[in-house]
Parts: sequence; C-alpha cells; structure tokens
Amino acid sequence: MINNQKSIHELQLHTGVNVNRCYQCGKCTAGCQLADEMDFPPSMVMHMLQTKDEELLQQLLNSKTIWLCISCQNCIERCPMSIDIPHIMDYLREKSAGEHKINRQSRDIVAFHRAFLDSIKYTGRLYEIGLVAGYKARTFHLTQDVVLAPKMYAKGKLPLVPEMIKGTRNIKGIFRKTAP
Amino acid sequence: MSEQIINSPCGVKGTIGFYPGCSLKGSSSEYAQSVLAVAKAFDIELQEIQDWNCCGSTAAHNLNKELALSLSARILALSEKQGLTEVVVPCAACYNRLTVTQHELNNDAALKQRVCDIIDMPIKGNLQILNVMQMIDKYVADRLEEKVTTPFGHKVACYYGCLLVRPHNILQFDRLEDPQSMDILMKRSGAEPIEWGFKTECCGAGFSVSRTDVVAKLSGNIVKDAADRGAEAIIVACPMCQSNLDMRRPQINEYLKQKIDIPVIYITQAIGLAVGLSPKEVGLQKHFVPAQFA
Repeated sequence: MINNQKSIHELQLHTGVNVNRCYQCGKCTAGCQLADEMDFPPSMVMHMLQTKDEELLQQLLNSKTIWLCISCQNCIERCPMSIDIPHIMDYLREKSAGEHKINRQSRDIVAFHRAFLDSIKYTGRLYEIGLVAGYKARTFHLTQDVVLAPKMYAKGKLPLVPEMIKGTRNIKGIFRKTAP
Repeated sequence: MSEQIINSPCGVKGTIGFYPGCSLKGSSSEYAQSVLAVAKAFDIELQEIQDWNCCGSTAAHNLNKELALSLSARILALSEKQGLTEVVVPCAACYNRLTVTQHELNNDAALKQRVCDIIDMPIKGNLQILNVMQMIDKYVADRLEEKVTTPFGHKVACYYGCLLVRPHNILQFDRLEDPQSMDILMKRSGAEPIEWGFKTECCGAGFSVSRTDVVAKLSGNIVKDAADRGAEAIIVACPMCQSNLDMRRPQINEYLKQKIDIPVIYITQAIGLAVGLSPKEVGLQKHFVPAQFA
C-alpha cells in the first residue's frame, strides 16, 4: 500500500474536514437515498479516506459514488460528529474532473453539469433549450424526452429565446478567472 | 408547537428585492406568477434584482467551488449595489446557494477578497435572504387568516425537500426532520396538513434529465406516501421538487406500477386560491398533472 498522507492533508486544507473524526457509525449511509446505487456508500468513502491508501483514493476519484451524491445534505445533518461529507464529495468531484478520472458510467451526469454551465457562460442565465441541446450533443441521447418539450412549450414553460443579461462580459470574466 | 414560524428573521421593513432565478423564468413560470400575485394581494412590493445571473446551482458546486461562489456572489453584490437590504428567493436551490455563499464569504476574509476580485464588485455580506415562507410570515403574518375568502379545504402533504432546511447551521430555518412552517401557513389558509414520512427526503433534484430512473424512484416514494396517507395535494416551495413530482409523473407511475394523480402545487398557488385569486391568476393550468380544486 502506498501511504498518501499528503493527499489527505490537502483534502483537509481545502474542505476543513478531518476524516479521522468519523467513527463508522453508518448513519450517513443509512440515510443516504442514493447509497444503494453507489459503488461505495458514504461511510465507506470515509473509511477509505481514513486508510490514507493512495490506491483507494484513486478508486474514489474513479467512482460512481461521487457523481451520484446529490448534495441533499442529509448525511451531515444526521452525522453525530457533523462531518461535512457533501463538502468532501464536492472536493473529490472537482479533483476527479481535473485529473480526468471521471467514471465512465457517470458521464451523462457530468455532461449535464457541463451543458448547464456552458449555457450560463454565454447568456448569464440558464437557457433550458440550450441546456438540453448541449446535453444531447454531449451524450447522443437524441430522442430522450422528445414528447416533453412540445408539452412544456404549449404550457408556456419553455421560452424559445434565451434571456441575455447585460453583464455577459462580467460573467465570462468570472468563468475565465475561475477556470481550473 | 408555537404558531410562530421557527427562526424566521425579523428586521426593519426596507426595500424588498426579488431574485426569481432561471427556473422561474422558464419551466416554473407559474411559481413566479403566483409569488408575484400573492405579494400583490398583500401589498408587498418586490423589486427584481437588475441584470441578475444564474446562481450556478448544483452544476457549479459539483465541478468548481470558486465558480459556484463567484456566480452567487455576483447576485449578492448586485443586490447590495441596488440598495437592497433583503431579497426574496422563491427557488429553494437558489435560496440555498445564496445563503451558503454569503455565509462562506463572511467566515473567510481571504476567500471573500478573492471572490470580490473575481466578480469585480465589493460585497458587504449583510443581506437578509428570505424564502417564500419567511416572506409570508414576515410581511403577511396574521393578515393571512383575515384575507382568506375561500379556505383551501383539502388534505395536503407539505413537502419541503432538502434545500430549504439543510444545512441547518447555515440556513437557520425551521427544524430539520419535521419542519412546520409550510404546515402552519397551509393551516392558516384553511387546509388540513397531514402527518407523513417524506417531508425532507430528496426528490432526485438535478438528475431529472441525466438519471431519470433515479428521479422516478425517489419522487415515486414521495408521491406514493402522500397519496397513501390521504393527501389531496402535495404542496411544494421548490421548482425542482415541483417539476420532478409533476412532469416526471409518467415515469413515477411506471416505477410504482400504479397510476397516482395527486396534483403538486406551489404554496403560493394554494395561498393565492385561498385569498380569492383565480386558478388562472396563479397559473394552475400550467401543471402536467391536472390540479383542480372545487
């Protein structure tokens, strides 16, 4: 086993979370609504980080778990030690994307997030048609929800033209300055 | 249980800002419509934040923390620049992101400075951010009962979802496992809120498109419990909860292997009907699962 004290230290520096405070009671996993879809449930994620084993950290960066976590914050609220697991998930996701280790089966989820951010980048606001078009272009799920869009339009829930804000330069600046 | 809504902020009445967020301009336009109609019925003047942008939602904080903070921070900065002291944020996700961002910036001076440099605007960080229940409680309070002309006489399941109440140490709104604020307002509007088990369980939120199967399951459990316990409507205060429970009903019914036709309406639609607004004025015709209350 390759001991990686440095990675865990870095995690603590970015999230303020000391993983050693977890005593494996399992309440996070018991309350997690996505746990049965995950390859590693939240309490196991904590344990894997506690081992400081570099290989296990790599497994987490490549896991389905981090993308299935929906940030509902149930785990932190029920944790007797108030450990900020959602914050750890955010950190692992960002690291996974930055190191190109995104789990293959989770690519649709990430494609949706990226299409979402692309839409904001150019108009300042979310443009729902653009979001779905961007998602389909990334995933090739071309026929998904084709019956939904006309119904939404008929009910006045789908504006055809994006709303452009005046400060689009400011928004582009924000994206540029925060680019990884 | 006190009839006063828990931890509701109090302050001097000033100009009230309004941050609709992207969903309220598109797929949840009836939420915006009903919020504005109820505000008007109670003479609450809402001023939309000029040139607002998207808060970044789940996508931003999942991929880039600094981007997430900066997008929400720009909205806080614009509100302050406009001279606002408080902002009403009906979308639970936006409410959560804006509140969490202000909290994080106020607790880390170096981070705040960095974010101000990124957005190129200063931030004081003392904005009052109100969700819809807090707005009604603060500005309508006892007048609600006086104004009710057609009591909403139905059994309702008040569904809060995740983002209105969690994380509690930052949002400081209501209680965690069995919140009451919506139940209290619905009772005052003449409804009968039921006891049920899924008040704060997640609906699947942002997975509506990328993992519709997950949404069908999570939202299905919510809809089924509400229906099994005799609710005639599910009351929500979040556009993601509404669209998942409503627009994804065909997938939900398929998952449950039974057809459940319980409507899902916004709290502002229910209150609007109770104070005499027409179904059309609160946008009831825009739902996918028909919502008709005789």
